[in-house]
Order: sequence, then structure tokens, then C-alpha cells
Amino acid sequence: MKNPEVELKLPVIPDIELTATKTAEVISKHMNLSEEKTGEISMAIIESCINAFEHSKTKEIYIHFIVSDDKLTVKVIDRGTGFDKSKVEIPNIENKLKADARKRGWGLQLVAELMDTVEYDSNESGTTVTMTKKKENNE
Amino acid sequence: MSDTIKNIEEKSGVVVISTNGYFNNIAGDAVLEVFNQKMESGNTKFLIDMADSKVVNSIGVSILIEIIEKLQAVDGKMAFTNLAGIVEKTFNIMGITKYCEVYESIEVGIEKLS
Repeated sequence: MKNPEVELKLPVIPDIELTATKTAEVISKHMNLSEEKTGEISMAIIESCINAFEHSKTKEIYIHFIVSDDKLTVKVIDRGTGFDKSKVEIPNIENKLKADARKRGWGLQLVAELMDTVEYDSNESGTTVTMTKKKENNE
Repeated sequence: MSDTIKNIEEKSGVVVISTNGYFNNIAGDAVLEVFNQKMESGNTKFLIDMADSKVVNSIGVSILIEIIEKLQAVDGKMAFTNLAGIVEKTFNIMGITKYCEVYESIEVGIEKLS
């Protein structure tokens, strides 16, 4: 199959996000994506899963991989409480190093930097993160 | 020693902590625990060997920021070695590499830190 779609349904249990990264590795290999891009996709999936687990109060999440000729699209979907992205502070390490500062809160920033495009669709019935990684002509 | 810490050794005044597997909150806490023990014993130079931790998450890495903060208070140093490409990129994005050097091997790390 040239352009397969893969769907995962993951329960919220420790480290289950690694199941999604294994799937991402297989799909990236199918698409001939570089090792660097595969790592970036996997890391973005890990962070999106963790965000969903921690903030949506849901018991399961869904991950869709959509392969096309020029890119991989990954959707991470939860049916939890949703969030307002505009209220999420952009982190920087200088602020994090201040005494008593919360050290966490890097997920959205990492996903934004690791993927080519990222969109968040969030409301009171859940959140869908849609992210893409382009495939170069020589891949 | 835990599942997430493969080895701890001290060479030339540098504590080398070798991690194992997924570097998540559990692994981060395990490194922090070793760090705290060694700090109490007077150590201020740390090299984290991540040859066997090819996958990280930001919660685990955030715990390293706590270690950087503690080391700043005593003029200590932490560095990393054997980082996978995506791990080094993650450290760059989070700013870890502004405060910690990355070395190509344990031997070089010990030499530079000691």
C-alpha cells in the first residue's frame, strides 16, 4: 500500500507513548524519511501524548498517521477538557532557573520547533493536534 | 542503582552517571537522587552519559534544569556525553546546552570537567 493510514487508540498508562513512537519509526521507514526527521516526529508525538495525558483528564487518546506523497500528517486526539493555547506561556530556561519556578511546560514549544506545521483545535469536548513533517524530494 | 541508572562512577573528581532507557520523570528523578547524594558528599562536577537513553521526554529533561539550578549555587558543572541527535536537539531547544557542554565521549568529558 503506497499511502497507508494508521490509527492507534492508547489508554493512559505509563510510557504508552512509546508505542506511538515505534509506529512512527515504521511509517517513517516506509516513507524513506531521514533518521533525523524520524527522531523529530517521535519526540513531537511523545510531547503531544504527554500533554494530552496530563491536561485533558481523558482515559484514552487516538493517534492517526496519514501518509501522503509529500508529507506525513500526525493527529493526536483526545476527548478531554480542552485548553486555551493563547494562555500557555512560552518557556525559556532563564525564567525556569529562577528559584521556585516551575521547570516543566515545554511540550508545545518542542512540538512547534520539531515539526514543519502544527495546529491545535481545542474546545470543551477535546483537542486535536495536527502536525506535519514534509518529505524532501531526495527522500 | 535502579533500572534507569546503569552505572555511577567517580573519576578525577567527576561523577559519571550513565542512564539507561527512556529518560522520563522516573529516570530524571533517579539522576536527581544520585546528584543530591553526591552533592552532599561534596561533589560539584557531573557528567551524564546518555549512550543508552536514545529517547527522552520534557518532564525528565526538566528535572535536569533543577540540577543546573542547584549547581549554579555552588559554582558546579554538569555536562553530557553520548547524546543521540534528537536528544541534543531537544536540549538545544530547551536551552540546556547554554549551561552544559556536550562532549563526544566519557573520556573527553572527564578531561574537560576535571
